[in-house]
Amino acid sequence: MLKINNNLPRVAVIKNIITETEQVKTFVLDLSLGAEPGQFVNVWIPRMNEKPFSVATDNGLETHLSIASVGPFSQKLHELKVGDKVGIRGPYGTKFTCESGQHLLLLAGGYGAAPLYFFAQKASAMGCMVEFVIGARRKDLLLFTDRISQLKNVNLHVATNDGSAGYNGFNTDLMTKIVEEQKIDCIYTVGPEIMMMKAVNLAKEKGINAQISVERYMKCGFGVCGNCVVDGLGVPTCISGPVMPLEKVLQIPDFGKYHRDNLGKKIYY
Amino acid sequence: MADLSVEFCGVKFKNPIVLASGVLGVTADSMAQVVRNGAGGVTTKSLWPREHIGHNGPVIISTEYFMLNAVGIPDAGPEKAREEIARYREVCGAPLIANIVGGSMEDYVEMAGIVADLKPDIIEINISCPNVEDELGKPMACSLVKGADVTRLVKEVLAKKGVNIPVTVKLSPNVENIVGIANSVISAGADAVTAVNTLGPGMAIDIDFAEPILANRVGGLSGPGMKPLTVKYVYDIYKTLKCPIIGTGGVLTGRDAIELMMAGATLVGVGSAVWFRGQDVFGQIVAEMNEWCDKNGVAKVSDLIGKAQK
Repeated sequence: MLKINNNLPRVAVIKNIITETEQVKTFVLDLSLGAEPGQFVNVWIPRMNEKPFSVATDNGLETHLSIASVGPFSQKLHELKVGDKVGIRGPYGTKFTCESGQHLLLLAGGYGAAPLYFFAQKASAMGCMVEFVIGARRKDLLLFTDRISQLKNVNLHVATNDGSAGYNGFNTDLMTKIVEEQKIDCIYTVGPEIMMMKAVNLAKEKGINAQISVERYMKCGFGVCGNCVVDGLGVPTCISGPVMPLEKVLQIPDFGKYHRDNLGKKIYY
Repeated sequence: MADLSVEFCGVKFKNPIVLASGVLGVTADSMAQVVRNGAGGVTTKSLWPREHIGHNGPVIISTEYFMLNAVGIPDAGPEKAREEIARYREVCGAPLIANIVGGSMEDYVEMAGIVADLKPDIIEINISCPNVEDELGKPMACSLVKGADVTRLVKEVLAKKGVNIPVTVKLSPNVENIVGIANSVISAGADAVTAVNTLGPGMAIDIDFAEPILANRVGGLSGPGMKPLTVKYVYDIYKTLKCPIIGTGGVLTGRDAIELMMAGATLVGVGSAVWFRGQDVFGQIVAEMNEWCDKNGVAKVSDLIGKAQK
């Protein structure tokens, strides 16, 4: 009945730091927690804070976390050097799933490319055909494009808001075009909620499956504190998500409309 | 099927299992989901008269033996409380216990006035959170006088407003004489007591970092290991005062819940167990109580209240 002692931080040493873009660094940690694509881990900096981050790769030996410098915690992480230590616990949450031989569309906005790259590796290895649609404001903010284009059976589609690379416009336009021209079995999406809402609407309209990474303000990571509970379903996204199937997301009235802050107050998009 | 319904301070619950304050309970829909998962009622996370920022993370750690938390009672304040309690009433019919907290006597008075207008079924006064010690935890929870004063002030506010909402006071286990404090709050007008809040505070140190793990360094201890203490506190309070009690602390199973009822509890709070057994723990506990009652020829679970005292 009782769970094994897996809910305390473990010390991880930073083996390597890769600068991906001016905002994003990938931290290569020297241990695996057995995370699957879509799951997240809590990263702890003693005497500061603990925050959840989606996993960009877990190869059984190392954990890769691609982290944008956007707030005090991630800024502090960006100051760390190879050889420094952080605490890490998890993995938490649900995973992206697919069946071998399927034709998948992955829609990534901004940093969402990192967890979807992890999933694309798995889908490629399972013999799926993958249309990887990635978008950013401009060319130098695109994440992981080189790595994605090296994957077998994965077609990379790029959109930038300013036209500096690929299609000049939104990645959701590319998604719609692909879905109209090809038979897609399932759409997977990670990124800004307004973008993901477009994927949800398209999937619903076309009657295709979708798996959506729902992001809410998580504190504990394992369904106790209640801060990340979505309305409608009333479930914590840290355990019933972050990856949720289309039919569940359609039962969340706040999706695409509002989320809640660290005090539980509604913040409208 | 045994009759699992109980009446607590005049409020009817379809079963004795209630969500304890502090776990889930941030929003109406979260609490409604707890009821769908089998609970007979819910307690809100502590409500403040203004915004209150919680602690940094880690806020909760747990092993198979215990949970240690210092979430720090975050809350967005009265506007959110109004909206969420009103929505809860729309989506769920099970009784709602509104847990209120403050940093001073004035806060409790203000919050009592606010919450009285929201018409919860029961008001629970939190005077005992061990991880916000600097603000209020120790002084009020552990003092006969202050616990009684808060109770009296809250009851006066309710009387002035002409509302008749039962009040329970959530007690700290971290005191020398819990029965004395229970007696003082009951004498001051409380209708019931909730026994007990988390233990400690305790501390866990990560030996690889040589650092306390919780950002707050210390946190309230809960989980299955504390159940024998809860049983004893409930037993002692019931023996002396015969007052209605919400027994809470360390309950994981239907047998645990029945044990607390036999000690004297009418309602049984369940919190940390959502980590130990999952979000549907409420329904699991209720099913186990039912099964035990059927096997032992107990027709009404309310007959078990205080049974071990006889």
